[in-house]
This record gives sequence, structure tokens and C-alpha cells, in this order.
Amino acid sequence: MIRAELTKIRTLRSTFWVFLATFALCVGLGFLIGLSFRNIADAGADSLFASFYAVTLGQIALVVFGVFVISSEYSSGTIHASLAATPRRGRFFLAKLAATTPVVLVLSLVTIVSMFFAARAGLGPRAVPFDARGVAGATVYLTLICLFATGVATMLRSAAGSLAILLPLLFLGSQGLGNIPKVKTITQYLPDQTAWVIMHLTGPPGSAQFERPYGPWTGLALTALWTLAALLGGYAVLRKRDV
Amino acid sequence: MHNLSKSYGSTKAVDGLSFTIHPGRVTGFLGANGAGKSTTMRMMLGLARPSTGHVLIDGVPYQHLTRPLTKVGALLETRSAHPGRRAYQHLRWLAQSNNIPASRVEAVLEEVGLQNEKSKRAKGFSLGMAQRLAIAAALLGDPPILLLDEPVNGLDPEGIIWIRELMKSLAAQGRTVFVSSHLLGEMANTAEHLIVIDHGRVLADTTVSAFIGESTSLEDAYLRVIQR
Repeated sequence: MIRAELTKIRTLRSTFWVFLATFALCVGLGFLIGLSFRNIADAGADSLFASFYAVTLGQIALVVFGVFVISSEYSSGTIHASLAATPRRGRFFLAKLAATTPVVLVLSLVTIVSMFFAARAGLGPRAVPFDARGVAGATVYLTLICLFATGVATMLRSAAGSLAILLPLLFLGSQGLGNIPKVKTITQYLPDQTAWVIMHLTGPPGSAQFERPYGPWTGLALTALWTLAALLGGYAVLRKRDV
Repeated sequence: MHNLSKSYGSTKAVDGLSFTIHPGRVTGFLGANGAGKSTTMRMMLGLARPSTGHVLIDGVPYQHLTRPLTKVGALLETRSAHPGRRAYQHLRWLAQSNNIPASRVEAVLEEVGLQNEKSKRAKGFSLGMAQRLAIAAALLGDPPILLLDEPVNGLDPEGIIWIRELMKSLAAQGRTVFVSSHLLGEMANTAEHLIVIDHGRVLADTTVSAFIGESTSLEDAYLRVIQR
């Protein structure tokens, strides 16, 4: 069953393009952001921030993949064939996740490591030493946000509807709304925001304005909780609804 | 199938259907568009949940079959392959999902006459080719039971004759062939047994010859039953 789901992923051309886009966006932007930080006069400019910031844009492509994994079943009518072949819906969903997760995890790892070194190259003299925790955190985050998208898309069954929710949600964070004091109280708990501490995206250390009430690993765990909730919601809808 | 019903809000799409389908013959499932045929077939496959009643396949619900494609082959929709996938890729994942040997993919492609189009993407398929691919998918697991929803839709005359002969030969091999249609002429040509439904209820469950009875044709008999 997992093999069948892997075949499905492999045989769609969109898979190749969104994977390429994820990699190119993260690595390309990582390098450019590094370059732009190289010549900043401000000594306090955070090179770690510059090393990871590209994730906030590169993730969009992988989120699209997370949505397509399930929405393409509905848009093409393949869902009927899938559920006739695997009528236990929980098993179908688990097989899909079991096929998707390792593929996305490997892609995330390769992308994030490459992005980090691209940013280092861009930063030149301001480059920071290899940050294993940040790289691990960003890799796990990228995988989690992709699965979060799959969960949302399983609930909504449509690519357009899912992206209409996911894209504003993710841009809200990357556009800095999360740092406005009043708004921050809530937005800091959004699924992408919670992972920002481990990726050094919450602003310079020690600044009260950017302080978060949770640490790097707790933040990542909160993202994982969001993902789990979305997947459980998706499973509930999948199990209950007719197709 | 026992007392099967399906309601959407206050509308009863299927209203207390009970019947048994036997192997070795083509059973026609006849009714007007909207009579509840497709809904019934989706419930047979566990795609829609009945409001009441149940469907058993050799004594068990479809959801409990371990490798369902080797037991029941179904054609519900003409276009069920993802438009971006090649014909053989669509059949391959289906085979993998039910542990069906890969050799069956080639076998069914040949059986439906798509061996030369197997590397084409489904989006480039004509309606007739898509229908053949859907039938290939139904035959993949060499199932003893076949459920075909409107299989002649969109086929050219040659295709219609092909599928008619295919259904007859599958039944002659001892398989259960259950085929829905709203085309009376098609039913008269292929089915031995008829189940006629209207507004979600069974109006007749009998052999074609007994159904026609004293009427001049199947069409005539159908209209008489519907108006009763």
C-alpha cells in the first residue's frame, strides 16, 4: 500500500517541479539574503537570522506539495479508485503519510543544509559556524509544515480552498506581523511561528520585543502539535464523509 | 443487499433496496437517470455510507475484504486516472495497493486493447480509451465479481459491441457481472437478469424474458412498470 502511494507521488510531474522550487527558493534566497547581510554596517545584524530566513518563502512550494498530495485525488476522481482499492480509510491515510513523510524529510534535509551553506557563502566574513540545532530544527519544521498542509487539505478536499487558508497564514508570519506587540500575543502560537525560535527568526537575542514564552524545542513541539491536530482533523473528515 | 437506503437531507435517493446478485450471468441494473443506481453502486463499494441496511459480498461487507480488487472489480467513473499519469502507471499503483503481480498490468492492457497507448498520459485519452482504461482497472485483480456503472457511455459502436461481448464472456466464465444502465436496448442485448429501480425502490427483479412477458418489447415492459 505504501509502495502504491510512492508510485503515485513519483508519477506526477508536479512533484518534481514543487521539489525543485522548494530547493531553488531556499538555496537561492538563502544566498541572496546572506549577500545582503554581508555589507550591513550594523554590528548587531544577526547572521543566524540571515542563514535561515529563506525558509519562510521556500516553504510555500513544499506546502503546495503537501496540499496536492491529497487534493489531486479529489480533483482527478482518483479518490474513488484509491478507496475502492483500500477501503479502510485510516489505512489509506496512514499509507499516504508513510510514503510522503520520508520523501519530504529527505528533501527538507538536503534543502536546509544546502541553504545554510549558500547563506554562509553569501555572508562571507560574517558567516556563522555550522548550527546543527538550527539545521535540524528547520528540517523538521519544513517536514511538519508540509504535513500540516496535507492535514488541512484532507479536511477541505480542495487545493484552492486549502491554499487560500495556508498562504495568508504563512505570509502573515514572514511579513513580520508576529513582532507587533499586541498581535504577537496570538500570532506567536501560529504553526509556523512556533518554530521560529529554533531557526533564529525571532529577532536578536535578549531583545524584550522579540521574546517568546517558549524555548526552541518547545516551539518545534508546538508546531508538531498543530500538524498532529490537522492530520487528526483530516482523518476524521476522511472517515466520516462519503466520496 | 438488504434494506439499503440512502438519504440526502429529506431526499431519499435509495429507499429500502433488497436483492441478491448471482454469479454466472449478467445482471442488468436498470433505471432512469437519478433513479439511485450510482448511489447504490457507491454504497456497494463502501464509498458512500448507507443510511440503513447493508451490502454483503460473499457474506462480508466490502470494507472487510483484505485485497478487494481481487474480489470485486468496479467501474464507477470513466475518468478515474489522474490526467497527468500514464495508463500503465495508473494500473501499476492499483496493482501495488492490492499485491497484484505486475504482470497483470500488461495482461489487462492487452485485454482492453490499450497496449499501444499504455505510455500515454490519461489526459490525452478519448472517452472511449478512458473507458477501456477504467475497464482494465476493474479487471486488474482478475475478480470473480464485476460492478460496472454505465460502461457503454461514450463508446463508439465498435466499443459497445466489444464491451457487450466482454461482459457476456466474463459471465460465461462463471463471474458475477452487475451492470447498470439507463439504455433499454443495451440491457435487452446483454443482460439475462434484470433489476429495475425507480425513485430508489425495486420495481422488478426477474429474468429479462419474464420481465418482457406479454409486452412487445423491453421498452414497452419498462414503461408499463414505471407507470404502475
